[in-house]
Amino acid sequence: MPQIAQLAETYSSQIFWLLVFFGIVFFVVGRGMVPRVMETVSQRDTQIANDLAAAQAARDKADEEEEAWRNRENENRAKAQAVVSEAKAQAAANSEKKVAAAQKRLDKKLAEAEVRIGDARSAALSEVEGVAAEAAQDIVKRIAGIKVTKANASKAVKGAMANG
Amino acid sequence: MAAEEGKVDPMKQFAIEPMLGSENWEIAGFNIAFTNSAMWMMITTILLTLFMVGGMKRELVPGRWQMMVESFTGFIDDMLEANIGKEGRTYLPYIFSLFMFILFANLLGLLPLGLVGVHPFTFTSHFTVTGVLAVMSFSIVLIVGFWKHGFKFFSLFVPHGTPLWLMWLIPVIELISFMVRPFSLALRLFVAMMAGHVLLKVLSSFVIDSVNAGAGYGAFIGIPSFTLMIAISALEILVAGIQAYVFALLTSLYINDAEHLH
Repeated sequence: MPQIAQLAETYSSQIFWLLVFFGIVFFVVGRGMVPRVMETVSQRDTQIANDLAAAQAARDKADEEEEAWRNRENENRAKAQAVVSEAKAQAAANSEKKVAAAQKRLDKKLAEAEVRIGDARSAALSEVEGVAAEAAQDIVKRIAGIKVTKANASKAVKGAMANG
Repeated sequence: MAAEEGKVDPMKQFAIEPMLGSENWEIAGFNIAFTNSAMWMMITTILLTLFMVGGMKRELVPGRWQMMVESFTGFIDDMLEANIGKEGRTYLPYIFSLFMFILFANLLGLLPLGLVGVHPFTFTSHFTVTGVLAVMSFSIVLIVGFWKHGFKFFSLFVPHGTPLWLMWLIPVIELISFMVRPFSLALRLFVAMMAGHVLLKVLSSFVIDSVNAGAGYGAFIGIPSFTLMIAISALEILVAGIQAYVFALLTSLYINDAEHLH
């Protein structure tokens, strides 16, 4: 086993060179490079963390804006609804009024027409009475040879018409 | 057996040889020859540095390479966070260096570079190396422990709820288990790496010897051995990662003891 057989001759060289080269590794790699590598890593980590935070903030802001927009939208919609319903109510009132006016006009016309009809009827009736009275005078004169006055005849006709 | 035939010696891969005529380099009387072991430490260092440089572009959106480097640092960072807590990040440079150094060493030692005539050397299969790493980790535990808690650090050896009449026994057991830590750290890595490499080498000697002995032997011994080698190589890649992870994980657990006591 050379490790033991050569121990006496080689231990000092082994220890010396190990200390030399491990020393180089420790000071150059361990002290010199590792901290900078770690620094790079931590820089990247902070950068990533910052970017993530920024993204989160932007997202929150977007959410907030959306919320505000939604609120505004809802308000506008409610406002529009109110305008629409008001307009509807106004229109309904207007048309009611118009209908009422038209109804009144119609009622008036109807009443006038009824009055006219009543007038025409009574005119017609009195004409019929006149004709009937004259006819009754003629009939009595011809049949009985009696002259009946117009007043009597119309009185008799009126009586007959009231009964019949 | 194989050594007698002069073909495959499963232990030869662990032999340390000075390179470039450096066998007589010395500092204060200690030999510091630049060996094949040292060369592979250098290769590990260079490749690890290059690997990390590829991840230093510091782009906001990482490329594949940067992603890979960052996942390694993130992996160790998460482990420290889970085991030590907020203070864990202080130890990131050390634990990361430890983990990557061992991982690269283990993986480089497994490369089939023998095909092109280069002999990979796994320096983590030497307990002199793993021992130094373990002693470093253990020293950090001791230094942090005494620095933060002073003599209260010794309360580590008295777990919560120890009955008074066991006070003569529990601290002794705890002390022993504490002192064993650097040895278990060092031996675990060294043994795991060595065992895998020896096993691969022994199987490869089976393949070579059986094929040399004839077609029948080659078919009945060589092919199954070769199949097994492929499977064991896959297992060794797993072990390379796991051992590096275990070393780093146990070090961080020990540091957690030093940081927070019990």
